[in-house]
Amino acid sequence: MTLLWLSAGSILLILCSIVLYVVYRGSHDLGVEFVLGQPENIWLAGGMLPALIGTLYTVLIALLFATPLGIGAAVHLTQYTKEGRTTKLMRIGSDALNAIPSIVFGLFGLTLFLYYLRMKPSVFAAGLTLGFMILPTIIRTAEVAIKAVPWSEIEGSYALGATKLQTITGVILPTALPGIITGVILGLGRAAGETAPIIWLASFWPPITPLSPADPFNSLTTTLYFLTSEAQNEQYITRAFAVASLLLFMVLVLNYVARALNNRLSANIRR
Amino acid sequence: MGRFEPEKMVGRVLMLFSITAVVVLLLIMLFIFNAGLPLFTKVGVLDFLFGTRWVPSKDVYGAFQFIVAAFMVTFGALLIAVPLGLSCAIFLSEIAPRWAKNIVRPAIELLAGIPSIIYGVFALVIIVNAAHITFNLATGETILAASIILSIMVLPIIISISQDAIEAVPRLYREGSYAMGATDWQTIHRVLLPAASQGIVAGVILGMGRAIGETMAVVLVIGNVEKFPTGFLVPGETLTSAILLEMGEAVVNSLHYRALFCLGIVPFVFVLVLSVLSSRLISRNHERFE
Repeated sequence: MTLLWLSAGSILLILCSIVLYVVYRGSHDLGVEFVLGQPENIWLAGGMLPALIGTLYTVLIALLFATPLGIGAAVHLTQYTKEGRTTKLMRIGSDALNAIPSIVFGLFGLTLFLYYLRMKPSVFAAGLTLGFMILPTIIRTAEVAIKAVPWSEIEGSYALGATKLQTITGVILPTALPGIITGVILGLGRAAGETAPIIWLASFWPPITPLSPADPFNSLTTTLYFLTSEAQNEQYITRAFAVASLLLFMVLVLNYVARALNNRLSANIRR
Repeated sequence: MGRFEPEKMVGRVLMLFSITAVVVLLLIMLFIFNAGLPLFTKVGVLDFLFGTRWVPSKDVYGAFQFIVAAFMVTFGALLIAVPLGLSCAIFLSEIAPRWAKNIVRPAIELLAGIPSIIYGVFALVIIVNAAHITFNLATGETILAASIILSIMVLPIIISISQDAIEAVPRLYREGSYAMGATDWQTIHRVLLPAASQGIVAGVILGMGRAIGETMAVVLVIGNVEKFPTGFLVPGETLTSAILLEMGEAVVNSLHYRALFCLGIVPFVFVLVLSVLSSRLISRNHERFE
């Protein structure tokens, strides 16, 4: 029994040591200037603003693509089909898509956008690649949230003479909203932290502030990768840890918001 | 009548939405097979799978050392993560008081949310140096270092899926066991674990898929030496890290380019099979107790 307690303790220890170490090493550089300033000397001095904008921009496009698609799919799977072969196949397909290695998504994005569609590496290409990747997460969480809507509310809506479409938009989606948002936030966190899918679509230097989706861009994760893999001295690593802390901070906040929403959702359903 | 009927339209449009995931999956398959498979008109399949020399400049593409390294890091990771993850799952589902659950569960979710590149940077500085000092090696960038960081990364999957499986075992089983005078440990060991075994195996399988496909954390710590890995304390290069490092310099549609896509096909197919397998195990585990 002590062993079981120890195993749980070791998980906490691992998490704390990773978070604390990254923040400790990164704290030297962190500050307003680091987040909102322009970079100098291949990101070794100045701020990370272009990379931050690039990351947020790609993630925004990924969400704009994957959120309606994922919610629509979840509504279809739960409201328009009976459990059977088709839904099973779709679920297996979505689970499989979720498990595909991120570097394979990178290869996919590379061939689809650069080779077949003859586009330049851009925010749009990277955003869609990430969108494909987080689609299963959004479908799955939206499905769970919709299934948790109490039967009585749905039947009540039909009993009042509402059509299927009215029931979905007026009752099911509003009730399931917190759960759906939780899924979207989880997808957001995942998309913001991925490196391999966009490694051939993001550029490293010079810094670019993308305006249109067709512009090239920098991203926090790929910049972090280049700083670490090309490291020539301690300065690169210190810098890498500062970028890592910024990313970690974003992920921590998103995680916290997602959980807070989720708790409120379960409180609602108990009521 | 050509009347606009939104009700019917919506059903059809949503139908399109829900097949997107399957369509994307098929497109990925089509694209990477289409880019990779023409390699085998010039290079034999067996030479590719079991050859141990990889020299792009001479168009020699043997991927065996990458495949072996990928499986070594994966099994090394599971060797650490399975016992630790399983005992943590048992802890959470059987003996943890409420307050402990409220701390450990969010911690696991957070662990799952940390980007893989951050694990890589952390491992490069901490685990690589630790391996370097502990084993007195020339370099700490080894298969072992990759295994250790991967084990941390697959823990959340193994814990959450096996915890679900253990919690799905009906209370009747537990009470029956205690009624016969079994201790806590005997109940866990003889009743719960066997009853939840399918779900636990599914968790391990998913963890395995995650480990074999992981790129960023591995590439930073494994040393990337294209030699056949002779043990856990030597550097190596996995399938995914080879793709990441070489794709930038490969000319589109050259043999090198195609060979790199074939390196991607290996974990792709592997993960696909594992994923279907684990879906079936999970649904069977649930059906059993309904």
